[in-house]
Amino acid sequence: MDATHDNPTVPACRVTDDNAEHTCFVLSGDLTGRTIGPLWKQCAHSLKHSRAKKITLDTVKIGVCDGAGIGLISYLLHTAQKRGKTTNITGLRSELKELLNRFEKTPTQLEPTTVSLNAVETIGKQVLEFLQDIYEQIAFGAAVLITALKLAFKPQAFRWKDFFKIAEYAGVRAVGIVSLLGLLFGLIMAFSSAMPLKQFGVEIYVADLVALALVRVLGPFVTAVIVAGRTGSAFAAEIGTMKVNHEIDALEVMNLDPIAFLVVPRVWATTLMTPLLSIAANLLGLVGAALVILSLGYPLVTYNAHVQTILSIPDVLVGLFKALVYGGLIGIVGCLRGLQTKIGAGAVGISTTRAVVTSIILLVIAEGIFSVLLYFLEI
Amino acid sequence: MSKAIIKIESLTIGYDDVTVLKDISFQVRQGEIFIILGGSGCGKSTLLNHIIGLHSPQSGHIFIHSKDLTTADTAQRREILESFGVAFQGGALFGSMTLLDNVMLPLTEHTALPHSAVEWIARQKLALVGLAGFESKMPAQLSGGMQKRAALARAMALDPDILFLDEPSAGLDPVTAAHLDELILQLSQTLGITFVIVTHELQSIFSLAGRAIMLDKETQGIIAEGNPNDMKNDRSNPAVWRFFNRTAATETV
Repeated sequence: MDATHDNPTVPACRVTDDNAEHTCFVLSGDLTGRTIGPLWKQCAHSLKHSRAKKITLDTVKIGVCDGAGIGLISYLLHTAQKRGKTTNITGLRSELKELLNRFEKTPTQLEPTTVSLNAVETIGKQVLEFLQDIYEQIAFGAAVLITALKLAFKPQAFRWKDFFKIAEYAGVRAVGIVSLLGLLFGLIMAFSSAMPLKQFGVEIYVADLVALALVRVLGPFVTAVIVAGRTGSAFAAEIGTMKVNHEIDALEVMNLDPIAFLVVPRVWATTLMTPLLSIAANLLGLVGAALVILSLGYPLVTYNAHVQTILSIPDVLVGLFKALVYGGLIGIVGCLRGLQTKIGAGAVGISTTRAVVTSIILLVIAEGIFSVLLYFLEI
Repeated sequence: MSKAIIKIESLTIGYDDVTVLKDISFQVRQGEIFIILGGSGCGKSTLLNHIIGLHSPQSGHIFIHSKDLTTADTAQRREILESFGVAFQGGALFGSMTLLDNVMLPLTEHTALPHSAVEWIARQKLALVGLAGFESKMPAQLSGGMQKRAALARAMALDPDILFLDEPSAGLDPVTAAHLDELILQLSQTLGITFVIVTHELQSIFSLAGRAIMLDKETQGIIAEGNPNDMKNDRSNPAVWRFFNRTAATETV
């Protein structure tokens, strides 16, 4: 290759001696990846329409030739041979010949074809995967509970430092966002329920409605959704990255149980922090509702009296207990999705998404079960 | 003597306020296999990352094809970047793409070749590094050595005249490493590609036997330059002697 070549010549292919017996392709100019795009199409087209039994490639006039140029030559030879033609190549410089041989020595093999499934098989596969996933969630939840119980009897083995660090991140640092959303939720709920109640002149009952719905259902639920998006996803991403980097394998060969080491402190952190956060959401939600009541012209004393009458201690406890369960679910699901991470950078993203989606689905299911249960228990 | 394709002039590099290498100058000539050696932590990879334009030097100039990378504007920079290929230490293959897609990416983005041509050339590049039959594999499904070879194939996709290789044979078995060295030699001879290789694998250094510079952590500069075979027998510099003869540093030196 003449490396100091300053005037690149346009690559070209002239077809000479085109008859039923023999076709000659005369390649000329600089064959480089940046320039031979049009030439490639032209050559492939000419070769496709040639009926000759013998193909000759005249390469004497080739100037600079890089890997793409060699690619074109080998492509033409290969395609011609595949069509049952004999091939001949003339005037190839020795260094290019060597390169061509290198390519020819390693023929491009056919790929093993992937098995495609029909509709029924696809559905069956997905159902099996779904059932398998449910099984894994239950099994993992049970493993976490058992490990947590074991650790309760030997607290010196519990990772207290990790627990406090995670609890600070999952709890203390979320107070701001949870309070803000609680306040806005209180405002919105009070405002939208004040509209219809005003028609009956009983808008003061907004206080009863909001207080009950917030403390029993919505406060814990909204808090849990925030924790799932903020902390559950973080668990999945962190543990997922550890999995990709073989850190989980390292823990296992050091005879450290990943569940005791990583999962239990995290699950405890979310389990204990979610109820505390939901207290903040409840309080600020009540403040939000109070603002609406004040703007409707009622004194704060009246609002206070209504809230105190309608809310009982069991209502508050029910709400906090739900938050406790939600927190546990979020912690378990976040860690499970992290541990299920497959290989590669993209897998961490998938795990994070799955953690949030599964958490929210489980929250809704748990909320449904709680509603039915509390109805029959008459709490 | 052929002309200089890369020129480094009084380059000082480092991260933040830590200087790794101070006031170094050297040239890489067209078509040669140039090796940057040195022990761990001497700034080999840092130097490479600066030459390929990932970081800006603290002072000094880097000329590639007599164009200054340190002062280039966006358009010039792109032109310089397109003239070389880089195979990173860990491969840096895109994990979400198959090997074939990894190699096809630069070809589809930077050339006007038809799809069949791009695929053909990409398959050939993979075959060239001994990965025929692995086209549809994901990078994560391959061994470390295969990932390195695939990275080399991707770096060569556009047939650049300069290839930068960061630790190409580290972590490979001797046979595979020897194959890779042979491949590098052949590419250098047949295509006239200039190689700049960062390595500390003695076997590779001797079999590639180009010109080398050796960096040193303490002096933060180049302590030896020339043919590795001559360096090996040079007893005048104890650090160079230790490196080539695998001798541990002693307190008295």
